[in-house]
Amino acid sequence: MRSTMASMAALPRPATLLASLGLSPGLRRSLARFGWAALSVGLFAGIWELLWAIGWADPKLLPPPHIFLGNIPDQARYFNTATRWQIGVNPADGPSPYEAVAMTIGATGLRVMVGLLIAATLSIAIGVLIRYFGLFEKLVLPTITLLSPVSPIAWLPVAIFIFGIGNAPAIFMVVIALFFHMVLSTISQIDNVSRAFINVARTMGASKRQIYARVIVPAILPQLLIVLRLNLFGAWMVVLVAESTGVGFGLGQVIMMARNTFNPSLVFFTIALIGLLGFLSDWLLRLVQKRVLYWVPETAGVLRGL
Amino acid sequence: MASDSYADWSSQDAVVCRGVGKTWAEGTARAHEALRGIDLDVAPGEFVVLLGPSGCGKSTLLYLIAGLERQTSGRIWAFRDPVEGPSPDRSLIFQETSLFPWLTVWQNVSFGLSIKGAPEAERRAVAREALARVGLSEAMDKRPDELSGGMRQRVAVARALAMRPKVLLMDEPFAALDVQTRAKMQDFLLDVWRDSGASVLFVTHHIDEAVALADRVVIFTARPGRIKSIIPVTLPRPRDPFAPESEALRRLLTEELRSEVDRAFAEQEALAAG
Ligand SMILES: Nc1ncnc2c1ncn2[C@@H]1O[C@H](COP(=O)(O)OP(=O)(O)O)[C@@H](O)[C@H]1O
Ligand SMILES: [Mg+2]
Repeated sequence: MRSTMASMAALPRPATLLASLGLSPGLRRSLARFGWAALSVGLFAGIWELLWAIGWADPKLLPPPHIFLGNIPDQARYFNTATRWQIGVNPADGPSPYEAVAMTIGATGLRVMVGLLIAATLSIAIGVLIRYFGLFEKLVLPTITLLSPVSPIAWLPVAIFIFGIGNAPAIFMVVIALFFHMVLSTISQIDNVSRAFINVARTMGASKRQIYARVIVPAILPQLLIVLRLNLFGAWMVVLVAESTGVGFGLGQVIMMARNTFNPSLVFFTIALIGLLGFLSDWLLRLVQKRVLYWVPETAGVLRGL
Repeated sequence: MASDSYADWSSQDAVVCRGVGKTWAEGTARAHEALRGIDLDVAPGEFVVLLGPSGCGKSTLLYLIAGLERQTSGRIWAFRDPVEGPSPDRSLIFQETSLFPWLTVWQNVSFGLSIKGAPEAERRAVAREALARVGLSEAMDKRPDELSGGMRQRVAVARALAMRPKVLLMDEPFAALDVQTRAKMQDFLLDVWRDSGASVLFVTHHIDEAVALADRVVIFTARPGRIKSIIPVTLPRPRDPFAPESEALRRLLTEELRSEVDRAFAEQEALAAG
């Protein structure tokens, strides 16, 4: 508690603080952003700690951060990666608690990323095909439109029927959760491509295939990457649901176990992990976006100036 | 208007329109007539300015001549060939920026060649030459969003020139520019036009622009657009915008346009009210 308050006191004006150190503006800006993020989280945690200190937050139900983050090795013990309880395997063998945490995070993160990649590729391809071939549209689009409002949760049994347990059903869930929306979004992006772009290509003698490959696809990519980023958090949500139904190990499985064994500390510890991972993966995708879409100007600065 | 009696048209003119009309969304409830009975000849190397109130169908006519849309009546030829679709011979330059933001300037300029699968060395050479003609050699490797509005339109002109078109169709290309830049762009366009020998059909609603540029000014009526009058301009170039002859021409064009603008306004008000 005391340490949280102390760090809060040191942080309030990161921007001016950093300005005096003579750092480059870019570095200063990202450090400042990081400072504000830390301050925001610190504020939230501080209120929680305060509620605990005055006895309003029951530590058995709402253990404050210093409790659930206080003993990480203790928490990590619960991140069992499967094989240790199998017959013939010595429980003392297998990965150390920290390795198990890393493996659990890796497994869940990989499912999210692979699912995202498959969903993006598949839905862009299908969306483009739908606009390219009239017959394909007539055959496929109505079904996609009908299925898109179905909650991904409804697909969970299907995932288990088809794929059993393991990585496949979790990845399938991520793909399903994103696919329909992204197909429809691809189509509407295609319809919104500037007429002038298409007409320029037409006057230069481009064929339909060339117009799609060289004008329409690059023109819709920026918006689609934004859609992908918006869906990233959705992917994190469904992957937990999928994992909580016994697909082996994963963060969702840990949460489910924590619920079943009534371990609020473990729940909050895992939530903190997931939050951090979601944040990191969004940052990663933003880096990808900047590299792939070098031509898209940043608009955030304009908004910040308001 | 008669249309098929012109099937054996044999004029050498760059563009010939006979009885051209366009009704958008024809046969539906939303049908509306944008153009009616347009007869227009454009000689090779001629600079024709189309002037009219906004919404009178000037852009529509350019789209028809470019072959991007089909007329609903009448016929259009370009150098004796009936216009049936887009052709690199007829380049259209749009009002809004139409440069591809994901390509560099030189890649934009040589886009037409890359469509044909030309090798990079050739594309670069053609782009370099076209950019030199618009005075932007040093912008080869820039991206469109690094350029000013005027520079972007010059790149768009370079891209059109790279196709070696016989007809340049320009749809209010300088409308988004400030007055000083626009004046410079007009001078620059006249140079390019003289070098290229192409015919130019230039749409504007600025009377000053017509006075500065035109060999002939075609004045449109309010919607549906018809040709109200065609005014030849014999002033020598370079033109002094303050010379008495320019003033007289400006006054004449203003008079011709005024009643049409009034009519267009009245119609829009009626539409809004009804
Ligand atoms: N693609 C289109 N579909 C339907 N109507 C159109 C289309 N383009 C233009 N129009 C209509 O045709 C009329 C003439 O438009 P336009 O040629 O753009 O006029 P101008 O260029 O002279 O301002 C307007 O009423 C406009 O709404
Ligand atoms: Mg127009």
